[in-house]
Amino acid sequence: MHKIIKYVLHDIFRNRILLAYVVLLSLSSFGLFMMNEDVSKGLSSLLTVLLIVVPLVSILFTTIYFFNSYEFIELLVAQPLKRSNILLGVYCGVGLSLLLAFWVGIGLPVLIFDGTIVGWYFLLSGSLLTMVFVSLAFLASVLTRDKARGIGISMLLWFYFTLIFDGVILMVMFAFSDYPLERLTIFMSCLNPVDLARILVLLKMDISALMGYTGAVFNQFFGSSFGIVLAVSVMLTWVLVPIGIALRIFKGKNL
Amino acid sequence: MKKQNQTVSYRRFVHVDAKSTCSLFINLLILSGFIILHSYLSNTLSAREITVKPGTKINTLQSALLLAQNGDIIKVSKSTYFIEDLIISKSISLIGIDYPILDGQNKGNLLIIRAPHVTVKGFIIRNSGFANIKDKAGIRVEKGDGVSILNNRLESTCFGIYLAKVKGGTISGNTILGTNSVIQSGNGIHLWYSNNLKIINNKISGQRDGIYFEFATHCEIVRNVSENNHRYGLHFMFSNNDNYSFNTFRNNGSGVAVMYTKNIRMTGNTFEKNWGGSSYGLLLKDISKSYIAFNLFSRNTSGIYMEGTSEVKTEYNDFMNNGLAVRMLANCEKDTFLLNNFMGNTFDFTTNGTENLNYLQGNYWDKYSGYDLDRDKKGDLPYRPVSLYSQIIEKLPSAVFLLRSFMAELLDKAERALPSMSYVNLYDNEPSMHIIRP
Repeated sequence: MHKIIKYVLHDIFRNRILLAYVVLLSLSSFGLFMMNEDVSKGLSSLLTVLLIVVPLVSILFTTIYFFNSYEFIELLVAQPLKRSNILLGVYCGVGLSLLLAFWVGIGLPVLIFDGTIVGWYFLLSGSLLTMVFVSLAFLASVLTRDKARGIGISMLLWFYFTLIFDGVILMVMFAFSDYPLERLTIFMSCLNPVDLARILVLLKMDISALMGYTGAVFNQFFGSSFGIVLAVSVMLTWVLVPIGIALRIFKGKNL
Repeated sequence: MKKQNQTVSYRRFVHVDAKSTCSLFINLLILSGFIILHSYLSNTLSAREITVKPGTKINTLQSALLLAQNGDIIKVSKSTYFIEDLIISKSISLIGIDYPILDGQNKGNLLIIRAPHVTVKGFIIRNSGFANIKDKAGIRVEKGDGVSILNNRLESTCFGIYLAKVKGGTISGNTILGTNSVIQSGNGIHLWYSNNLKIINNKISGQRDGIYFEFATHCEIVRNVSENNHRYGLHFMFSNNDNYSFNTFRNNGSGVAVMYTKNIRMTGNTFEKNWGGSSYGLLLKDISKSYIAFNLFSRNTSGIYMEGTSEVKTEYNDFMNNGLAVRMLANCEKDTFLLNNFMGNTFDFTTNGTENLNYLQGNYWDKYSGYDLDRDKKGDLPYRPVSLYSQIIEKLPSAVFLLRSFMAELLDKAERALPSMSYVNLYDNEPSMHIIRP
């Protein structure tokens, strides 16, 4: 497995796409921090990048990489290696490289400009989000043999988590607007890693004062150490469940 | 011949003498008049000086006050004096040299002024008492018209300077540092039923309200700094015709409140960092015919919160980086917003109704994405400052859950493409294309 991770890392670092991703992230983060005289404002603008660009690149890059190295994986399967080790090896390689890209592109600037607790929450959420979408990409990739279809499923998943889910939530809220929905929204936020990451960061920013009663309920819940542990473990579940399912499918899959 | 000459000269002398006696008499009359006038004037204007100094005969303020007459100056040398409810009932000047300390040992009021034209200058006044029913103050002025309270430093007093039924006077250059305790603090400068006062260059922090006005009219509040107070930096109730300019209100519990008043001028002030769940830069409630101009509202949860206002003219203000720049409830009418800058606010405008009885024109909105084909520096399309997402939050408070999400941004973009989605009838018909610099 170590050898596979090593090989994947080596392969990805030769690839220019990852470099482009790092450059994009660092350009946007340095740019946003320097454009806004106020650090917290820069961070809140960077939140949009974190919630849209990071998941998109993570899921697309992983899916494309998986299908591009499909023949390599087939070759590995032919060797006396456990299938789960092969998939986990590739998963760890891709995940590590994307995490590294995230930390270089966004982590460094955030820590340079804003070393406060908000910054750390930001980076924690970003790292977890990267891993969640790498997992989802693996799930999308093993579901099909066709590259175009795999990318399609990935795109759909990204679209679902960043937009459709929130739209559905909004509709549900309108439908049940006569009822107190604050506790329900806490539960709903756990169903979407993007929302959860956003809430976690937002509650640490001063903008949370705008959130009124809902914000207070969220703060009460996620502000406690139990809430934070719960949020992180929900995110970790979002990392582990898709890759677990992917492993299961990959084991029995006719390549 | 010689003798005759002598008599002539003698006669001549006598003649001259009679003349000079007459003029001398007139001179004396004038002189005595001057002396009477002078002694009268010296009694009122150029006063006696009494020095209070430990180790001398007059070593307490009480003994100096007993000796003093109207118009005297009591100079107090540097030391610590323990006083409680010291009543000043003569029109005197109390002047501290090198900031002597008046300590109230947490008992009652310190100075109580009950005479007109009293000056208190250059003291450190500290440790007033605290009571739930009686307002204990560092300096309490009751009907002391034309009072001057200058360059004092008040520390840990429940109320700093408390004025009741005072006509005219100056409160200038004082520093008031409150107790910082939420329960045991009063207002920094408290005015009740007073008028024509000038409150200039004071610094107030750690109190309940920095400056509190109740039934105080025709006052000027200029260049004060009121920060880190528990409730409001400045609090107006039923106080008409006042003017406050060039003050800074920073990081107060709920900002500045102007309630139930009319004819207030607010110009050149800075309202900043009033940030918290229910904080405002400026809270306007039931006020009318007022003028708000050249102010800076920066980093407040709500820049201005307006409830039941009418005929308030707001122009040339900068609203920067606020949560909501302006929240105007539906019961406001005939208010105008002209030539203001709105930059970096999460929401520019929010309201809770659909009908609008107010008027917006020529403001600069950084979120405006229209164009200017005829190059008249005004956008060709109207700008709707109440975003669709903020309208949704208004209907559905729990939708703030989606704050800063892609969905929320998309909703606002969609509204820009299809303005008919928006149902709030509030827009700026001639938004400025450039930042307005008066």
